Amino acid sequence: MRLSAIAAVVGAEVLTDELGVDVDACCACGADLMSDVLTYTRPGALLLTGLVNPQVIRTAEMADVVAILFVRGKRPPAETIDLARQVGIPLMSVSLTMFSAAGRLYEAGLRGCDLHGRS
Amino acid sequence: MGVREPMATGLPSSREISKAQELVYELQIGQVMTRSVLWVTPDQTMRELEVLLRGRGIGGVPVVEVDRLAGIVSVSDLIRSLHSGVPDTRVREWMTADVVTVREDDSVVEAVRAFAQRPVSRLVVVDDKGKVVGIVTGGDITRGLLRAMAPAHSRSEVGRHRASHIFQDIVSDDTSLRLRYSIKPRDFGRGGEAASKLKRALQRLGGWPEIVRRVAVATYEAEMNLVIHSSRGGEIVAEVRPDQVRVAAVDDGPGIEDVEAARKPGFSTAPDWIRELGFGAGMGLSNIERCADEFTIESERGAGTRLAIAVRLAEEERLGNSPT
Repeated sequence: MRLSAIAAVVGAEVLTDELGVDVDACCACGADLMSDVLTYTRPGALLLTGLVNPQVIRTAEMADVVAILFVRGKRPPAETIDLARQVGIPLMSVSLTMFSAAGRLYEAGLRGCDLHGRS
Repeated sequence: MGVREPMATGLPSSREISKAQELVYELQIGQVMTRSVLWVTPDQTMRELEVLLRGRGIGGVPVVEVDRLAGIVSVSDLIRSLHSGVPDTRVREWMTADVVTVREDDSVVEAVRAFAQRPVSRLVVVDDKGKVVGIVTGGDITRGLLRAMAPAHSRSEVGRHRASHIFQDIVSDDTSLRLRYSIKPRDFGRGGEAASKLKRALQRLGGWPEIVRRVAVATYEAEMNLVIHSSRGGEIVAEVRPDQVRVAAVDDGPGIEDVEAARKPGFSTAPDWIRELGFGAGMGLSNIERCADEFTIESERGAGTRLAIAVRLAEEERLGNSPT
């Protein structure tokens, strides 16, 4: 699903300069535990999280996450946003809880990393 | 809203199929072919051919005479020769001299066409002088497409600064590149910088996205362990070889009380402030092990810890062979 479509579905505010015109997230992962992100995400996934420290960006970078959606209205500090710009990962924020944001996206057709492309 | 993707059917979506079609035109044969090619000469015996094919588990090889492609010989030729009942025959008598060849810079679609038009299962890749440089099968093409479809971050940016030729340019009997990163203790804000730099280096060296990701994830977990647990920090040393990437994370204390217990998922001695940052759930070591082909950890209380991993690269994953 296009990142712009994701932002529209949940009504997210975009925190970095742009989302990229044709960037797709293949699937999504919701976690507040960084080791879970490293273990369960697929390359090209969207990450939903309530954590906002710079390590979230590092974790996303290592796991080839394409964008991060901060839930529960969390606003990352400037150092987190700076690092995201540096490594080219777009950030979004939404006031919905993790469950509600995930539910809206699932309803719109986005699937979890565990269901994406399963054969 | 975008098109709904079929859920868990196991079938590729229409978008994935059209991406594959594009890639068939974009990818060059040189990016998918097998480079290390075995060959026989026309004067070798069919018995020698049998030993070679059986030993390597392959279906056919080019026949080369004085540096020039003379034919191709396969398992089906071998079977014909065995049925003939004539002992000690030579490759020359059974090979197909009319070989379908392609060039390294041909589009993969040329190979797909050749497979559709001719009853062959492998094509020989030759250079301008007719010298054999590789071989391409249907399996090579499928693997090449799958690799190329794996999303790679900032592929174009990385592509501008490629260093993937160094392993071809710098020739020795055993070339490796050693990268050292020193890690400060409790410097949480900078934790992950070493893994990030190593990841970038591997991308520039032409690492396959999935290989780079495994090394990056394992290194990052090991680096965070040094940040969180080591008394005086430590060092991450990566050794990049064409056929494998080895990473060691070393510190001089405090050491792990019970290494076996620490390896169990969920075991953690991390303080609360670390847990609040999303780390210290006791999944690090098992995650590192999952990413690695080899994993060792040695530790002594009071002396320090040495964690080492290796990620092996298959023939087509060797550095410099990436399709991206």
